[in-house]
Amino acid sequence: MKGIIGTKVGMTQVFDDEGRAVPVTVIHAEPNVVVRHRTLEKDGYEAVQLGVGFIKPHKVKKPQRVDFEKRGIRPVRYLREFRLPGALDLPVGSEHRVEAAFQAGDVVDVTGISKGKGFAGVIKRWGFRRGPMSHGSKYHRRVGSLGPRMSGGGGRVRPGRKMPGRAGHRRVTVLNLKVVRVDADRNLLLVKGAVPGPKGGLVLVRQAVRQREGGQ
Amino acid sequence: MDLIRLIEEEQMRRDLPEFRPGDTVRVHLRVREGNRERIQQFEGIVLRKRGEGLSKTFTVRRVSYGVGVERTFPLHSPLVERIEVLRRGKVRRARLYYLRNLKGKAARIKERR
Repeated sequence: MKGIIGTKVGMTQVFDDEGRAVPVTVIHAEPNVVVRHRTLEKDGYEAVQLGVGFIKPHKVKKPQRVDFEKRGIRPVRYLREFRLPGALDLPVGSEHRVEAAFQAGDVVDVTGISKGKGFAGVIKRWGFRRGPMSHGSKYHRRVGSLGPRMSGGGGRVRPGRKMPGRAGHRRVTVLNLKVVRVDADRNLLLVKGAVPGPKGGLVLVRQAVRQREGGQ
Repeated sequence: MDLIRLIEEEQMRRDLPEFRPGDTVRVHLRVREGNRERIQQFEGIVLRKRGEGLSKTFTVRRVSYGVGVERTFPLHSPLVERIEVLRRGKVRRARLYYLRNLKGKAARIKERR
């Protein structure tokens, strides 16, 4: 199955066969444990649940702990499900490694939690344009108009208006990144381009939706 | 961070000679023309070195037919076949941008012994 959980290590560059420098993000994907299957009969969909980051059993609440014990799996910190072709081919309790998931040249989508930007204005948060900084302008980085003065319906701001507020720290998926290299010995995945989140952040790497059959 | 360094160091070149800004070097560059590959040379004074690790680059300046030409090369690029240090220069700064405003005799650099 073409999917794995990893953590972002950071960015660097590698030289390709032509000698060009390619910007890459290094993703550290330790062997994932296959925790459970979701089946059509029982759950209404097919998926596999993977886990990473072993922790001490007493760190886990009892219901989950017992569930891990029953399955004979060491408790893990992170559990994520993958709904991908071949998901149920991975036996429960087995290891899922990078080199089994991907090879160089694959196209993947990477999901992560983007870096939090705090309380941000409308320019950083929504990409609005700013006003002139000089020539007597007093409209620099402000929100601007919130809407029209309609007859009847005026006097209020329509829902969904883009305004300042907390930006970042949300789930972001970057589509169609190319796998440049898979390092089986060190459990590393080198993906071309940038990936959401801080260094050390959890990322999900999946076969690209737009490359999948019937995908959109 | 350590992993990044590790990956970078694997690709770094250790076969290149040491040189500093002010030195005169000849860079042998692999150039592909269609299917043929040949070596191009570029000779001049090293203006600066910048960056760290694998992404380190250096800039070489030469005056060719009265026109100043500067080229920046990635130091660790596999396209750099080899670098010859022709002359060591004695300079007192790391970035020799002032050379751009000088020409002829004034743009000479004393040799370092």
